Amino acid sequence: MAGVWVFAETVDGTPKPVVLELLTKARSLGDMTAVALGPGASKSVETLGKYGAKKVYVHEDGAFRDVLATPAVELLARLLAKDKPDLVIFGMTYDGRDVASRLSARLGTALIANATDIGAKDGGWAIVSPMFGGSLLVTTVPKAKGPTLVLIRPKAVTAEPAASAGAPQVETLTDPVDTSKPVARVLRRETEKASGPKLEDAAIIVSGGRGLGAPENFKMLDELAAELGAAVGASRAVVDAGWKPYSFQIGQTGKTVKPTVYIALGISGAMQHTVGMKGARTIIAINKDPEAPIFKMADLGVVGDVHKIVPQLIQEVRSRKGK
Amino acid sequence: MNVLVCIKQIPDPNAPGKLDPQTKRLVREGVDLVLDPGDEHAVEAGLQIVEKDAGEVTVISMGPPKAVDAIRRALAMGAHRGILVTDTALENSDAISTARAIAAAVKGQTYDVIICGTESTDGSSGAVPAQLAEFLALPLLSFAKKLEVAQGKAVIDRQTDDGYDVVEAPLPAVVTVTGGINEARYPALRGIMQAKNKEVKQVGLSDIGLDGQAGKAALTQEVVDATPAEARKAGEIVEDKGDGAKRVADFLKELKVI
Ligand SMILES: Cc1cc2nc3c(=O)[nH]c(=O)nc-3n(C[C@H](O)[C@H](O)[C@H](O)COP(=O)(O)OP(=O)(O)OC[C@H]3O[C@@H](n4cnc5c(N)ncnc54)[C@H](O)[C@@H]3O)c2cc1C
Ligand SMILES: Cc1cc2nc3c(=O)[nH]c(=O)nc-3n(C[C@H](O)[C@H](O)[C@H](O)COP(=O)(O)OP(=O)(O)OC[C@H]3O[C@@H](n4cnc5c(N)ncnc54)[C@H](O)[C@@H]3O)c2cc1C
Repeated sequence: MAGVWVFAETVDGTPKPVVLELLTKARSLGDMTAVALGPGASKSVETLGKYGAKKVYVHEDGAFRDVLATPAVELLARLLAKDKPDLVIFGMTYDGRDVASRLSARLGTALIANATDIGAKDGGWAIVSPMFGGSLLVTTVPKAKGPTLVLIRPKAVTAEPAASAGAPQVETLTDPVDTSKPVARVLRRETEKASGPKLEDAAIIVSGGRGLGAPENFKMLDELAAELGAAVGASRAVVDAGWKPYSFQIGQTGKTVKPTVYIALGISGAMQHTVGMKGARTIIAINKDPEAPIFKMADLGVVGDVHKIVPQLIQEVRSRKGK
Repeated sequence: MNVLVCIKQIPDPNAPGKLDPQTKRLVREGVDLVLDPGDEHAVEAGLQIVEKDAGEVTVISMGPPKAVDAIRRALAMGAHRGILVTDTALENSDAISTARAIAAAVKGQTYDVIICGTESTDGSSGAVPAQLAEFLALPLLSFAKKLEVAQGKAVIDRQTDDGYDVVEAPLPAVVTVTGGINEARYPALRGIMQAKNKEVKQVGLSDIGLDGQAGKAALTQEVVDATPAEARKAGEIVEDKGDGAKRVADFLKELKVI
């Protein structure tokens, strides 16, 4: 059976949501090993096992949290040389991308980015990535020797615990991490506080585009979101204009979301936006232009003015909830 | 302070992209080629550093001979000189080959900072900068939405899912910048005129000692298929006649989310 590894990013010992997606995919492709690094990483072992990891490498050194990419690259390069797996899967996250890219240069192996699916093909791998805002799906096969490195986009796979899973074998590493070479070190972490659920986890998303006209008009979206228990998102046009921080951006160069309901307000529906939200179960769009591309994928589209409809909608939702 | 900026020439992102059905490569014929808008921010970041401090900005691009136009654009913005890595053997390069070629081309020269975009607008693997950093054994400061270079260090605000991290590295370092870092300047007429006289050095694979180690000869991957993605279907479209909000609320009720 093929050896398939997952780079299991954890935060204080909890695997990032994308890791559970990677594990779900990886276990269908071969014997799975997860690598969990950083303080608290050992706490993630149980979850990693539930999602099908047969073996987990753990190293709890603080450098894996506080130094960008290089400590993980050093360690992975060493472990990969020893165990020689066929495939290593990373989440297309800030850190996943840095680690996988550096590692590919270190090893001279194939790195395939932006993937949404991996399949076995002729004893190797066939990797699918969307292109041109998701309108085209390209399949890439690796040609280089050594493990193939793949970066999978968040939300490309639905995470599910393994049907039968035993406790994984754990190998705890304690070898010193060399950070004597020049490194990039995190000095401080700042969070931009957002109220309500996180975009990635929200069941309902209320998303605003340039059609809102001005940053202050996002207030009505916040109000609507509060009524619905929704998260607020935005198009890149809004982020580029500085109306909302980048952490709100949905799309090709922003977040990928898969809510139950996505409500697009004053968003035209450019491919680069829809690639990040077309996985929503239901899409509702309000736009004054009947020709707006978003209507081609909306389950319910209302041609009209957001400034009129949204305040009314807040009232309608309130009155229905009252009953 | 000397700054190197990596720039890529890409098909105009405002024109819909096409893939050649035979070769599975991006169609570059008959489309306008432009300096990647993301890389304009990298050039701008470089210019701001040397304007505050002394020093020069060199731009480097790997691409076909036509990529010199993207270099000229950066020179018109104010960059001081350009390097074009071009060779027919480099056609079809993947990201790793691109990074290897850039690393080889700048070997032996010293830069305090190397600035890249976070990801190209067409290929968007976002791999080249980290690979370049690895080949040059330099720290990488990625996803910078703010950059300060002083006293032998670079400090960035690094974009995260819910805010940013302040990250520091000693120089020399590779930095990738996001679109939010600055407003890229538009070349003035004077800049465009001056750009014509600035030096653009062309190097091929043998000049940088990479014969047979980059491009076609070193392909790590191959695109074997491209198919249109399945599109979602449209549902009901209604015009708001004062009842639009009610329709949406009814629908939300139907979906059992209120
Ligand atoms: C490489 C690349 C990556 C990109 N990545 C992303 C990304 O990650 N995310 C993203 O969103 N975009 C991305 N874009 C940009 C994308 O192409 C679009 O430009 C952007 O999504 C447009 O945002 P918008 O719909 O808010 O604005 P617009 O396209 O300007 O649309 C505004 C809409 O509002 C409607 N409107 C105006 N007034 C009203 C009103 N009063 N009531 C109702 N409707 C109204 C208009 O009819 C129009 O449809 C990317 C582009 C490129 C080239
Ligand atoms: C749709 C598509 C998908 C692709 N996917 C992959 C893939 O997954 N893996 C892969 O190995 N190749 C891929 N390629 C090939 C890829 O376009 C080239 O290898 C390219 O030279 C580098 O990758 P990138 O465009 O993803 O650059 P990125 O790594 O996204 O670029 C980031 C930054 O690196 C610098 N940079 C990138 N290219 C150059 C250059 N030629 N000259 C100077 N500076 C540069 C710029 O500063 C740029 O902003 C893909 C190509 C296409 C068209």
